[in-house]
Amino acid sequence: MKKIMSAAELQDLSQTLLAASDPDQPVARVCLGPGCLALGAEKVSQAFRSALKKSNANFKVQPLIKTTGCHGLCSQGTLVNLSPGNFMYVRVKPEDVPEIVETTLVGGKVVERLLYSENGTRYRTAADIPFYRAQQKVILKNVGTIDPLDIKDAIMAGAYQSMAKALLEMSPDEVIHTVEVSGLRGRGGGGFPTAYKWRRAAENAQEKPGPVFLIANGEEGDPGAFMDRAIMEGDPHAVIEGMIIGGYAMGAHQGFLYVRHEYPIAIQHLSVAVQQAYALGLLGKNILGSGFDFDIQLNRGAGAYVCGEETAIIASLEGRVGEPVVRPPYPVELGLWGRPTVINNVETWANVPHIIRLGAESYAKLGVPHSTGTKIFSLVGKVRNSGLVEVPMGISLGALVEEIGGGVPGQAHFKAVQTGGPSGGIVPYELKDVTAEAAEKKTLSVDFDSMARTGSIMGGGGMIVMDNHDCVVDLARYFLRFLEEESCGKCLPCRLGLKGMLGFLDHFAKGEGTPEDIDALESLGQALVDGSLCGLGKSAPNAVLTSIRYFRDEYLAHIVDHKCPAGVCKDLISFSIDPETCDGCGLCAENCPEECITGKKKKLFTINPAACIRCGVCRDVCPVNAVHVA
Amino acid sequence: MSSKKAKKDDSIDFTIDGQKVQAREGWTILETARANHIDIPTLCYHPALHPWGSCRLCVVEIRQDGRTNVTASCLAKPAAGMEVLTRSERVENVRRWVLEMLLAECPASQEIRDLAARHGVTATRFAITDPAEECLKCGRCVAVCNEVVGVRALTFGSRGVKKKLETPYRVPNNMCIGCGCCVSVCPTGALQKRLDTVRGDISRRTGASFAH
Repeated sequence: MKKIMSAAELQDLSQTLLAASDPDQPVARVCLGPGCLALGAEKVSQAFRSALKKSNANFKVQPLIKTTGCHGLCSQGTLVNLSPGNFMYVRVKPEDVPEIVETTLVGGKVVERLLYSENGTRYRTAADIPFYRAQQKVILKNVGTIDPLDIKDAIMAGAYQSMAKALLEMSPDEVIHTVEVSGLRGRGGGGFPTAYKWRRAAENAQEKPGPVFLIANGEEGDPGAFMDRAIMEGDPHAVIEGMIIGGYAMGAHQGFLYVRHEYPIAIQHLSVAVQQAYALGLLGKNILGSGFDFDIQLNRGAGAYVCGEETAIIASLEGRVGEPVVRPPYPVELGLWGRPTVINNVETWANVPHIIRLGAESYAKLGVPHSTGTKIFSLVGKVRNSGLVEVPMGISLGALVEEIGGGVPGQAHFKAVQTGGPSGGIVPYELKDVTAEAAEKKTLSVDFDSMARTGSIMGGGGMIVMDNHDCVVDLARYFLRFLEEESCGKCLPCRLGLKGMLGFLDHFAKGEGTPEDIDALESLGQALVDGSLCGLGKSAPNAVLTSIRYFRDEYLAHIVDHKCPAGVCKDLISFSIDPETCDGCGLCAENCPEECITGKKKKLFTINPAACIRCGVCRDVCPVNAVHVA
Repeated sequence: MSSKKAKKDDSIDFTIDGQKVQAREGWTILETARANHIDIPTLCYHPALHPWGSCRLCVVEIRQDGRTNVTASCLAKPAAGMEVLTRSERVENVRRWVLEMLLAECPASQEIRDLAARHGVTATRFAITDPAEECLKCGRCVAVCNEVVGVRALTFGSRGVKKKLETPYRVPNNMCIGCGCCVSVCPTGALQKRLDTVRGDISRRTGASFAH
């Protein structure tokens, strides 16, 4: 393909491509996001292709089967979006495909049974579904609609237009100023003002002439988080475009994409996107005839969670062991190979083209003051609709969990949310914000400052919803175990302190310990917050400290009453069969791995508590809910 | 500090525990404290090496412009008007817990026991994995071999709680020139006992390290 040498040529290409595409062409967009892939989306897209080959229907225009990034409603995969009609089909299996082709692609009619239904209502298009209705898609606008492996599709959707505007119509300082006015704060979790970093790096480079480096942090290691993954897989060009604009603003000519090795699809899509951008001259020398050069190199992480910490990324890129070093000096002063370096999260970079496109003032109107724009969350846990959501900052927690999440499944009720991954806190669902103005809202406002006031953090965007069957001691223990495993071991408080904290929680989970131990655990947690070398250790006690702060009674129930109120901690619970409800089907005895359930068919079955390992299989298989936990 | 006239332009005035002190340019808080005979306990710090900041015993509380922060004094540079506290409650909390951790990490070390006792810590609530262990993984030996001797015969292996002092490929290596610097900088004497796991056959040294 010919290189694009000016903004006009980019515009031309976009127009030509748009003109060549037929608006009446039927399109099936099959979601190949991580959730749908696990549910067999690959087979669904293949089924579409082979069904089309086999079909003898007379199409006016041959339908297009597009594989895209994440559509968002992961719990309902495989998701397929069809136009014309904009029908959204959920839980699509390969065997449904011939019917979809005949009815929808050929006939233009809807397959009712594949539509999403909630409380007896069927919804035809994504826009009608409550899960999508309360969302505001800005950054994810193209994720799920474009083919991430085809740069032409991205260009038709407006990619690289913001870059053209920045490079050809704005001065570097204007770009930084625009980002400053937009109020963009780092999406990786810290919420540091992005423009401040950019300006410091540009100033430092002027003082000590030489190169500036940019890094996109794609080392998204939090369990239950997949925001950055969705961007990198679904719209890789947004990240590349954001970095080019940033490079122009700071006078940087080299960017690094640091992506974790566990994201092979993200790596593949980004490397294809980079190649295609080079082929079109959108990366490399003299981009769009502006005289500005920018190169991007892709680096893979090697499976260390701590390499999401910025100084550890630098160490890793330089070829050293991925261990953090003390800041200051900050990377904007002394970064990669001793040069000013700006490290932004993937989502932050992906925000940049949209800020240029919308203009700083319009962007700043999204969200709330001091936390502008939208934020992508991966909403998981005990909600009906788990998946990838994008909402304006400052949305109430209630709206996020109940309207978008669709409430808690079954008879349970909400208890708490865990935000920000392992480094975040556990806050009660009912928690009101401490400021009067925010307390008027139904529940907590989800923005950087309100979240920080609760003792938790906004974090990268992981949001785990817990109901009354989840134990806070157990969850805090899970995250501590994760962090203990991922600690680099350089500083003592993190290496040994996390192990010690875990020791306390292991005791509590067995019903051992004294109430004074809770105070000791709090004081040890504070020692880690104050004493650790990097952000991993400093934020590691958050889950424990916030859960003690808000759920001390639950801790006391474990220690004093030797009970786990949620029925999770195995040493404190026992399973029994209710003689009133048991109908003697014997399923529990058949499935018990320890063979400790005895009884005769049609008669009452009983569990031998001495041999029971409290795995809960009997409860899961019982058709009449006769197995109780106490 | 005789008079204000004697003050050089590049020196920095601040206080440590209420005492007025003056740092020369480039000095850390710890260096300034030592110059003024103010005791801050350290283990991984060594004047001949770049500060590494791993033991966290030297943490101090810094108050400036209405903000407080606890940080390692071996790395932090002072600023004019800064208030540094070496014995505040937050600092003592970190120090007491770190010493408890050290008692569990290297229970065999008399130096660590003495240091802990000086700060009133005589027992530990942490589980002891190896009663004979003396090494606290402070990194002094690795740093001296790398920065001063220049042969990199020592390194850290594994990660997190499994982290330990090793040689490349976990075999005694011929890179080691047997200078003993690592033994002399070790704060607990742990390396003395494991020198033979590091040092290979000196007569077989080859290549770059032979030049030493």
